[in-house]
This record gives sequence, C-alpha cells and structure tokens, in this order.
Amino acid sequence: MKLKTALMGAVAAFALAPAAFAERGSDGQLNIIYWQAPSILNPYLSSGTKDVESASLVLEPLAGFNEKGEVIARLVTEVPTVENGGVSADLTSITWKLIPDLKWSDGTPVTAADAVFTAQYCMDPAGGCAQLARYEGVQSVEAVDDLTIRVTFTGPKPNPYQAFVGATSPLLQAAQFADCLGAKAPECTAANFGPIGTGPFVVTEFKTNDTIQFAANPNYRDPMKPAFATVNFKGGGDAQSAARAVLETGEFDYAWNLQLAPDVLAGMAAAGKGHVINAFGTLVERIEMNMTDPDAGLAEGERSTVAHPHPILSDIKVREALSKAIDRNLLVEVGYGPAGRATCNLVPAPELFASDNTGCIAQDMAGAKALLDEAGWVPGADGVREKDGRRLHLLYQTSTNAVRQDFQALIKGWWNELGVEVELKNIDASVFFGGDPGSPDTFQKFYADVEMYANNFDGTDPEPYLAQYTCAKAPGPDSQWQGENINRFCDPAYDAMVAELGATGEMAKRGELARKLNDMLTKDSLVVVPLVDRGRNSGQAESLGGVVLNTWDSELWNVSDWFRVK
Amino acid sequence: MLTYTIRRLLLAIPTLFFISLIIFLLLDLAPGDPMSQVPLTVPPEVKAKMREALGADQPMVVRYVLWLKQFFVVEPQHILDGWFHTNWAGDSQRILSWQSRSPVADTIAERLPQTLTVIGSSYLIGVLIALPIGILSAYRQYSWFDQLGTFIAMIGFSVPTFFTGVLLIVIFSVNLHWFPSIYDTTLKVTDWASFGTQVRQMAMPVAVLSLYNAAQISRYMRSSMLDNLTQDYVRTARAKGLTERVVVLKHVLRNSLIPVVTVIALGIPTIFAGAIITEQVFKVNGLGALLINAIYANDIPMVQTLTFIFAVLIVLFNLVADIVYGMLDPRIRYD
Repeated sequence: MKLKTALMGAVAAFALAPAAFAERGSDGQLNIIYWQAPSILNPYLSSGTKDVESASLVLEPLAGFNEKGEVIARLVTEVPTVENGGVSADLTSITWKLIPDLKWSDGTPVTAADAVFTAQYCMDPAGGCAQLARYEGVQSVEAVDDLTIRVTFTGPKPNPYQAFVGATSPLLQAAQFADCLGAKAPECTAANFGPIGTGPFVVTEFKTNDTIQFAANPNYRDPMKPAFATVNFKGGGDAQSAARAVLETGEFDYAWNLQLAPDVLAGMAAAGKGHVINAFGTLVERIEMNMTDPDAGLAEGERSTVAHPHPILSDIKVREALSKAIDRNLLVEVGYGPAGRATCNLVPAPELFASDNTGCIAQDMAGAKALLDEAGWVPGADGVREKDGRRLHLLYQTSTNAVRQDFQALIKGWWNELGVEVELKNIDASVFFGGDPGSPDTFQKFYADVEMYANNFDGTDPEPYLAQYTCAKAPGPDSQWQGENINRFCDPAYDAMVAELGATGEMAKRGELARKLNDMLTKDSLVVVPLVDRGRNSGQAESLGGVVLNTWDSELWNVSDWFRVK
Repeated sequence: MLTYTIRRLLLAIPTLFFISLIIFLLLDLAPGDPMSQVPLTVPPEVKAKMREALGADQPMVVRYVLWLKQFFVVEPQHILDGWFHTNWAGDSQRILSWQSRSPVADTIAERLPQTLTVIGSSYLIGVLIALPIGILSAYRQYSWFDQLGTFIAMIGFSVPTFFTGVLLIVIFSVNLHWFPSIYDTTLKVTDWASFGTQVRQMAMPVAVLSLYNAAQISRYMRSSMLDNLTQDYVRTARAKGLTERVVVLKHVLRNSLIPVVTVIALGIPTIFAGAIITEQVFKVNGLGALLINAIYANDIPMVQTLTFIFAVLIVLFNLVADIVYGMLDPRIRYD
C-alpha cells in the first residue's frame, strides 16, 4: 500500500511537473504595448528607451543590471572584478570570458571577434553612434582568444562596467553588420530592423513605428526558455489607452511607463484584469537655479553667461528660502502618488551613493521668510519684497506637461506667500530639450531665473552625472550653448572632488565622495533644489508571471523568465 | 478639354515646386531639433555627432536641393527598378527617415494599405449613407426624417472624433467586450475567421469616421437637391406626367449630383492623409499616425515627404474635380 501511494505520488508529481517547469514556447503569445512605438532595433543608432528596450528582447550585452542595480553576468561566465582578477589592479583593463558554446540565433558561434567589431562599429567617427558615451575612455578592445575579450582604457577606470554592460551597449553580430560601418550604418535597414542576437527572441516582422513580431530563439542558451512562443510588440497611442488595454480590457499583458494621474490608474486597476507595478531609479524632478543673469537687457552673448552673476539668486539665503517654502510631499501626492517620493538628493540611489539628506522635506514658511528678511529683501507696498529698488521677481520655466504645470502653480503659490513675484512660462518639450543654439527657449540657454525638469543617469554609477556640474561644462556662446552645467555653478573645491572621484577605485570611498558632491550641490548650496524622486509605473496583467520591474536596465531584462499564470 | 488639362498640369509644376519650398522652409525655420527626444543622459558631444550623421548640420540650401533630387530622381528610379528589375538607381542615397534610418518611401508603402482600408472604407460607407439621407431629407423637407437627419449630421459634424472614438471604446471594448480597442496591423485576412476579426477591429474606427464623412456629404446632397427641386424643369417634368420616381431619381438627382461629385473628389486626398486623431485613438498606425509621430520627433525628411505627397494629391484631385465637373455639366466649357 505504501509503495502504491509512493508510486501514485511520483506519477502525480510527473503530471504536475510541466505546469511548474514550462517548456520553451509552451505559453503561447505574449502581448506587450509601448505607447511610444519603436523606430529601429539597433540601440547604437537610437537611444530612445522604446528602441533600446524593444531591441533588448533580441540583443544582449555581456553583462546587465538586476533590479537592485548590481552587475550580473549574461553572456559571460562571471562578472570581472579586481578580486577575481578580471579587472587589472591598476584599473586600466577589464577581461571578459564568454560562456563556451554560445550561439547566435542563426546558429553560428558567438566569439570575441563580435565584441571587437561592436566596439569598432560604435566608435567609428562617421557612424553617429548614440551610445558613444558607453565607450568613452576605451583605448582598445581586443580578442585574446575566441572566448576572451580584453578592454583597455586610456587611464584608470574606476567604473569599468560601461562598454558591453546594460541594454544600451549590446553585442552585435560581426557577420551581419560587417558592411554597415561608419557612414554606411543607416543604409543597412534590414540589419537595423532585424538584428541577429543571443536573446530569448528573434524578430520575425518589423514595422517601423508600429509593431514588431518576435518568435522564441531556437538557439537560446537555456533550452527551457523562453516560455512564450511568440511576442506581439505593439507601439503607439498614448499612456492612457495602453493602461486601458492591460488593466481594463485585458488585450495586452504588459504596458510600459504609465505616466498617469494616480486616481486614473487606480480606477482602471479596479477592473481586476491587471495591476500597476512600480520601482524607483535615479530620475529626480528638480528646480535648477540660474547662477548667472538672464536679464533681457544684456546683449545677446552676454545674457546668462558667467560674466554676469545673478542679481538675486547669487545669494544663498534667497535660494534656501525658496527651497524651504516648498511642500514636497504635497507635490508627490498631486503629481505622482505611489510612483513618487519627496527627495532632497540629486542622486537618490543606489544606496551606496545616496546621501542621508532629508532636511528639506518639511515645509518651513516662517524660516523662509526670516531668511529673506535677513538677506535684506523686505516687503514693499504691494507685498512683493524689494531690495535697493529691485523687486523680487523670478521667471520660472519648464516644459509643457500637465504635471509640471500643476507643480508650477503650486510652487508659485508658496513663493507668492513669501513675497516673491513669480512669472510662469512653459515651453514645448521638443524645443526646451532640443538644444538648438538659435532658440532662446532651450533649457541649456536658461534665459530664466529658475527652471524645472527631470534628469537621471545611465546605469548605477553617478560619476559622469556629478561631473556635469564642473566649471568647464557651463554652456555659453563659445560652446554653441552646449554643456550640461546649466546652472553655471562653479566651485573649485567641487571640481577638485570630481577629479578625486575619477581617480578613486575603492567603492566605499567612491560612495563617500559622491554623497559629498551631492550635498555640495543640494543642501550646502541649493543650486539644485530636488523635489521628487520619480519612480516608474508599468502595468501588468494578472495572467502574466515572472515580471520584475528593473529601472537600472531594460524593463524587459528578464523576459526569458516570464510565463503565463495558469 | 485636352488642352485645358495639359495647361493645368503644366501650371501645377511651378505650384508644386513653390509648395515644396514653403513646406521645407516652414519645417526648417520652426523651432525643434531631431535630438530633442534623445535622453538627457546622452552627452552633447555625442548628440552633435549624431546630428552630423543625419546630415542635419548641412546648410539649408544643400539639404533642400538634395531632397529635391532624392524625391524627383532617386525615388522614382527605385520604383521603376522595383517594377522592371533594373538597376537605374544604383546605390544613390534615398530619402531616409531620421527616426528609423530607413527609406521613407518603404514606410509609407507599408502604412498605405491600412490607411486605405480603414479610411477608404469609412469614406465609401460615409458616401453611401450620405446620398440616400440627403436625397430623402430634401424631398421630404422639414419632415421628421429630415429633422432627424439634420440632428445626426450636426452631431457628426460638431462632436470631435477623439470624443466619439473614446466613447465607443469605453462602451464596446471596456464594458461589452465586443470589439478590440487596439487595431492589429499584422492581421492577414486569409479565411472567414480572420475576415471576421478584421471586420470587428475595423468596426469602431470606420463607424466614427463614417459618421463624420456622412454628416458632411449628406448636407451638401440635401442642399443641392433642394436647389434643383424648385427649378422649372422639374415642374415641366411633372407636368409631362412623369412618375415621381423618374422625376426625382432621374432628373433632379442627376443634376444635383454634379456639385456633390466635385465635393467627393476633393475629399479623396484626405483618405491618403489619414485621419490623425482617429488613427491615434484606435492605434491604426496609418499615414496619419505616421505624420504626427514624425512631427513630434522632428523627423524632417518624413514630414517633408508626406506633406508634399499630400500636396501633390490635393493639386491632382482639384484638377480631377474640375475635369469631372466639365464632363458632367455640359454648360461648363473651359476651352
């Protein structure tokens, strides 16, 4: 009897096994909707998130990031570090070892030569590679043998996980792109629309700015994955209809980046077909203070340049008062709900680099008023503060976007209460972020006193991001108004510390320096006034399993593990 | 009539050149930049290199002349090569989209079928509904049918498609689950089942656009019928003892159709231009969606090519309307 029971149990276990370990292609079709439609499947020719993430189903880097922001091996046996000898002790080279017998989806072997080619493809000066920053400081990429890739840097590189790491820097097949180098890159439409990769899926049909059809890769390295046989990747429309398709009608399984009002999403999720998932990355909505004078009375070429310090905002007391008057928690509630949290940091994550600075969160209107009094700005006849005959008037600009206009209105209200006269301006995003040196309305030109937008950094290392605020990177007429230090903040101590960070390899020390740099920009000087740490919202059908939202890499980073809940 | 047609065609050439120049200048002088959608994490030096690779840093004149050459020489050569398997074009540069880096003409060819199916059938259905409504409304002026027709036409005319579209989605997709809210452009009609799916996914966008088209055309039909019904020749026809059927459908309708046919012909280019809003609402991703998407992304070659093709169609169908008018109405002679 016991034997019989045991046998029955064994039979039952075998019968149940397929449900737990789905075979490749056993779960039918996965439907994904991105409300921005992918244009091209080659991340080296377009850095749009929609393009990079759709391509990540096919193209893979040597290593990626997991949901905690840690580097994980994808096509290599292990992540090289100084400890395991993969990164040289002087930090000038990194050696990757490919997994043996790895195959492209067409069945040919993946070799180190593909990596050498990929670097050559992106670093070609005539190619206009969108991910060139990932290869910055790379002196050479060589194939030591078929499975070993050595990347040598021009100097010590404390963060060597740049080239070939993350969805923005995947491996291309040398055979497919051989004739597509440099100026010929855009002519290879067939390759750009249907790259051969190592990822869980292969492209079967690509319609630019519309839909992509994928099928499971027959040569994927894990024979049991992916669980889905095909993927229908639809693009276009708007966030609201994408949310509706997943949460209300159940036509799609996954919708990306649902930037919608918290109550709209909650209403849709009530239909029970799906739910909203969120995760936080490094995207911070902030107010940037102009340290130079944007006065229209100044000659063109003089306006908003370092030659003329800002008559009002050069005083730290004024900047501090403006920050103190803001109720960040209310902003989060109005604009982002669960997908946002109040922050005082420019670098809110990863943990190692995030400062413990929370002093700005509590609103302090009385303190703010006292600071302005102290600074010599006293209320005039109409309630607007004045000093030496000058009114405390600020022009506050941002891009056109419903949430940003709500924020402008709220912040204007608080600043008015302080006795500050505020003029609001909003500019179409394509102009504001366009960088056209001929336009007076770009965020780089900063012909306003304060401006608001959001920015983040690529990957997990904030060094290039913090290095944007060095003196030399201030935009001006001599640099065609290009440059990332849009506040024109300039502090030699800051520049020295950035240089120190660039030469430091030890992680704990890097964390400490990054936190100090963050504090210098935020709580010590209030040149940057962080408001909200903005998370990512995505929609997931109840019938879809295995999704782990990752803000450090492609959202579809683990699509090979997704399955249908039965 | 032939000399008139030739004269008009010749006159169209400078007109179209002028239009192309205006479009080019408008796009070029408008603020905006193809790099505006690139994430801020991409450094400005890299952006400058990307701009260079697109050719966006070339002087305006160079880009305009290059576009003219590509549009009038290279692209037609490619079309002929495709038909006759020749190789005239060689590897001369085609017009490439800045977004997808692929030839603009290929994308347009890919989008045309779904636009023609959805927008074309809604135009056809709109016309087929509008004509009987217009005729009957005019014949029974101020009857309850006329009042109802006027009411529906007013709704179709004044309620925007982004409202009716979303309303239909909420009723028929979200609540009743009858129709899909997202159009599947990859669906291929191979059997009755897939034909059924195609009809179901076309139902809502076609309904929205048909209502709009029918509203417009039925009003033209009605007023044109009314003009003719009071004419002397109608009284004569009735006095001759002809049946009402013959009077209305043969005498009045034929004469009333003359201006309506012109209106219908002038509306045909809009089928190709797609319906920007309706396509966006139902994710049909036809030419209208392509255009608006390219405008947002500052994809100048795509916008320039599309708008110019629309301009050509408009000029062409204006000519067609004039010629048809002359053929239908013997009183009109151009020579």
